[in-house]
Amino acid sequence: MKNTMKPLARFEKMYASDRHLWRLIIMIITWMIFIAITRFSKFYTVLNFQTMASQFPEFGLMSLGVMLCMITGGIDLSVVGVANFTSILMAFLLLNLTNAAGGLPGYAIPLVFALGILVGAAAGIFNGILVSKFHIPPILATMGSGELFTGLCLALTKGNAVSKFSRDYSHTINNKIASIVPVQLVIFVIMALIIWFLLSRTVFGTKLYMLGTSATAAKFSGLKNDRLLIKTYMMSGICAALGGLIMLANYNSARADYGTVYTLQCVLIVVLGGVNPIGGKGKISGVVLSIILLRMLETGFNRFPSISSYYISLIWGGVLIIVMVMNYFTENSTRFVKRQMQKQ
Amino acid sequence: MKTTITNTLRKLSRRNEPYIFLVLMLLCVLIEIRSGQFFSSNNLVDIASALVVPGLFAIGAFMVIISGGIDVSFPALASLSVYATTKFLLDMNYQGGVWLAILIALALGAILGAFNGLFIGYFRLPALIVTLGSSSVFKGVMQGALNSKQLTIIPIGMKDFGTSSLFIARNPVSGLTSRMPVAIIAFLVVLFLVYFMMRYTMFGRGIYGIGGSETSAHRAGFGVRNTKFIMYVMVGMIASLAGVMRVCMMQQAHPTNMLGMEMNIIAGVVLGGTAITGGRGTLLGCMLGTLLIVIVENSLILIGVPTSWKSVFTGLLIIIGTGVSAYQVSHMNRVRSAKTPAKEVVA
Amino acid sequence: MAECLLKAVDIYKSFVGVQALKNVSFEIHPGEIHCLAGENGSGKSTLIKIISGVYSPDSGYMEFGGKNYEKITPIDAIQSGIQVIYQDFSIFPNLTVMENLAFNSELADRRKFVNWKRMRQIATEAIAKINFEVDLDALVGSLTVAEKQMIAISRALMFNTKLIIMDEPTTSLTKREVGNLFNIILKLKERGIAILFVSHKLNEVFEISEQFTILRSGELVATGNTSDLDSNKFSYYMTGREFQKKTFIPQHVSEEPIFQAKGIGMQGAFQDVSFDLRKGEIIGITGLLDSGRTELALSMFGIRPIDVGTFLVNGKEVKLSNPQVAMGNKIGYVPEDRLSEGLFLTQSIADNIVISEIDSLANKIGVLDHMSRSAEIERWVKELAIGTPNPDNACQTLSGGNQQRVVLAKWLALNLDILILNGPTVGVDIGSKHDIHEILQKLAEKGLALLIISDDLPEVLENCSRILVMKSGRIVADLDAAQTDEKTILSYMM
Repeated sequence: MKNTMKPLARFEKMYASDRHLWRLIIMIITWMIFIAITRFSKFYTVLNFQTMASQFPEFGLMSLGVMLCMITGGIDLSVVGVANFTSILMAFLLLNLTNAAGGLPGYAIPLVFALGILVGAAAGIFNGILVSKFHIPPILATMGSGELFTGLCLALTKGNAVSKFSRDYSHTINNKIASIVPVQLVIFVIMALIIWFLLSRTVFGTKLYMLGTSATAAKFSGLKNDRLLIKTYMMSGICAALGGLIMLANYNSARADYGTVYTLQCVLIVVLGGVNPIGGKGKISGVVLSIILLRMLETGFNRFPSISSYYISLIWGGVLIIVMVMNYFTENSTRFVKRQMQKQ
Repeated sequence: MKTTITNTLRKLSRRNEPYIFLVLMLLCVLIEIRSGQFFSSNNLVDIASALVVPGLFAIGAFMVIISGGIDVSFPALASLSVYATTKFLLDMNYQGGVWLAILIALALGAILGAFNGLFIGYFRLPALIVTLGSSSVFKGVMQGALNSKQLTIIPIGMKDFGTSSLFIARNPVSGLTSRMPVAIIAFLVVLFLVYFMMRYTMFGRGIYGIGGSETSAHRAGFGVRNTKFIMYVMVGMIASLAGVMRVCMMQQAHPTNMLGMEMNIIAGVVLGGTAITGGRGTLLGCMLGTLLIVIVENSLILIGVPTSWKSVFTGLLIIIGTGVSAYQVSHMNRVRSAKTPAKEVVA
Repeated sequence: MAECLLKAVDIYKSFVGVQALKNVSFEIHPGEIHCLAGENGSGKSTLIKIISGVYSPDSGYMEFGGKNYEKITPIDAIQSGIQVIYQDFSIFPNLTVMENLAFNSELADRRKFVNWKRMRQIATEAIAKINFEVDLDALVGSLTVAEKQMIAISRALMFNTKLIIMDEPTTSLTKREVGNLFNIILKLKERGIAILFVSHKLNEVFEISEQFTILRSGELVATGNTSDLDSNKFSYYMTGREFQKKTFIPQHVSEEPIFQAKGIGMQGAFQDVSFDLRKGEIIGITGLLDSGRTELALSMFGIRPIDVGTFLVNGKEVKLSNPQVAMGNKIGYVPEDRLSEGLFLTQSIADNIVISEIDSLANKIGVLDHMSRSAEIERWVKELAIGTPNPDNACQTLSGGNQQRVVLAKWLALNLDILILNGPTVGVDIGSKHDIHEILQKLAEKGLALLIISDDLPEVLENCSRILVMKSGRIVADLDAAQTDEKTILSYMM
């Protein structure tokens, strides 16, 4: 009897330590079992997993940026604008670098990534300055700058796609390392690890959570709020730029209106990942799980040709609301007990 | 005498509407000088007709923001309810007037708005999250369950309503004509009703009260949950009406082309001086802000700015507009905190 | 004795296993000023909420105006003439004075439409009742705290009110405003309105109330005439502990001042302020809320830089332009508003302790050293006796006194020379207050230079060696604490 109780109790404790995270894991597992029963052969193939892994990094990276901003109590609605802006500028660069034979010089791709990251960082710094120095509410500042970047994209391209640059770029990014792991996934994992490290192992991370909890208390504790905010939005800009560079490879072209649905989708992913829009709370593990859940659901659905793939958006919104309602009930009960404990 | 004038001026300068009106006028005059076309009758009619749909959306967004919430679901909500309505009427081969389309859309809008209101009002979930989720759900229902496609034919009643006009303005110089759509009446009626509600009913003042302090509103005896719920139902109805107007005026039902409008609408409302944190703002300012966005989107072409540049201008407008008001707020706080003790020194 | 206005008999109330009120009985008579006192968590607010109908008691009953109530609903309470003025005054900062005044009665009349003329009339009548003058069209958010309170009082009087419950009404009022408030309370008494005055401030209880009731851990410990109460009894009833007053006598004061202000000024706040601060001493700065003391405190920590004059640290001139510079000069600041400025309430106690010194707990590229972090946390939890089972718990789970210790730990961890404390024991229980004073005195003995800004005169007198009195932005007196008393200080302040 004792032996069976122990692991159960331990699991309960584990579950209670981060209910939100565990709920996401349970959902992913349930969905994977469901797919395994119904569409095993069509879903559980190496190719399928490779395709998923090459698709999600574009919005996955943008979500990581949104997450950072949300931890500070802000939001970044400009990620798609920044991504497209970067990818269009880099597409022009690639056009210029493409030689007569349709190839690229060896330095081209590193150069594109370096410059792309710089563009993203600059765009992010711009957002950060608007938020920190001019005190514009982040939702408005980034909405405006997102519109501005999209506008610049339109002005640069007149709304047309920039393509016809060397296919080498797309081929390289679409490559598989050791013919198994897609390059896009590698980029995403590297970025996710960097951010995980920043948030959980560095001073920057602690300060970020504190700033998100109370900007006033942060100021009175001697934190450099403005600089922290600018750094955060810069990181978000870099994430978005990397997302843009992956989009550039996945579509083999760049256009001002690629990925417009990603703006709200990123916010949705981040919130579902357990990040509190008020700030100060959220883990990268939750956001990564939420990205994986989204991709699994979407790809899984596509294995049922009789069901319109558009249902995915219904399920996605439904899952978000259900998770929030569940949080509401558990939090309300625990919060009540806590408050009374405090009174004692 | 002089003090009353300066007092009035000071009171005015504390409000946002005069500034936004000034900017609006400057822009109009600038366009007029460069093109000579802005104040022509047909251009004004064009702008009025372009204002109908964004104007209706903005009224809804205004109410939500005043209450301290935010709604990003209204384009999806409008798309779903107007698509369902149009499809239903087409399927039953309805030949009557537009009123049935409006009634059905209003009913659907109320139901969808109630969905938002339930989670925001009764479960007290953050409005941003709920409306993000619900906008996804609405889109899913429309594209998945209703399998939406572009409808190039719309019921005859809606078609007639969309093509009928109050009057036709003709530009004597260019010879261009513009129709003033009947839909503008719907807009004006809603505008008037909401203005009246926000100013002269306890319900409307309750929305302001909730935006100022939910706890105080609750203690004063406002039914906070019910007020929010009913407000989201109303916002759903207004958005649906905007959807019907749009389909009628465009003469076709395109399921997705309203999606993505939410950002510019919210921007317009906020440019008009509505505080994003809730509680402060007037419907007049909200309309001026929306008008500013509409003019930038529609009239820059008159001064030779290519349409591909309009987003650049909208973006700059949002950044500068919100930047100025954010600066004003922080400046005012500084002045106020510096002044309070000084008063004591004098006394 | 006249008939009872309110009689509460054998009230019990518990929440999920926690007994909040045990067997509490007390009565209020018409026109009586009754003070309800108790430490945080003693059950004061639960009792108020039961009287006003927000909670219903588990057992016991209330008698109001001769009628028995097993439990009372909020509407019953209002109709029987009970009005509560909460600490936040339940106002709408975004609306005008007129609307704030008229809303409650309009809602009570179940009106659906707004008649602005009638609203103005209602508002005018309401403020006339207490001879309060204010611009009806001003936004309430732009008023002072005292004016907001007057609005709350006027609003409470609009109904046929017999009892007004005021929850800690003097928090963040200036001395003059408190005087004003007391005058109004006395006028209300003349009209036969009873006041239940919730407070934990000793001097207020003595100054205004006729009757008192003191709660401790949910139980009634004493009720009776205020004239039978003295300050020793009061603190004993409140805390169940006896305190010995220990006046601070500085030892080992350094020769050279560590911190000097020379002719500093900030426009609209203070002018021509000069003083020296030495290691091992505690200086008090006192003055009314609007004397410029808060701005002076903020300027020393670089939050609001000065316009003229100079600061010297160790004899060297420094420009305190932001908190980082101040911290670089080994200056720390314990802010006035602990909840919003001092703490990150939802974050862990641990992070709250280390946040300011965090850069020194990391290597060059900013990677945290977890060993030294936990060592640091363990050290301060022990040293300041922060009462928590687990420093990873959120800071909001702590009591006010323990929270203030966390703020102190944050600064002490930085190994500072100078600590500025703005209202170090505001909202802290008598017991914890005593403990915090002990900590501060020990710090001074260890060689820290402390500067306490406070309008709690007994606090300054007990803990400081010198007291500077500010008035209208200037230092008007520099007193030796051993040779002065409250009366003298007050005469300089007013």
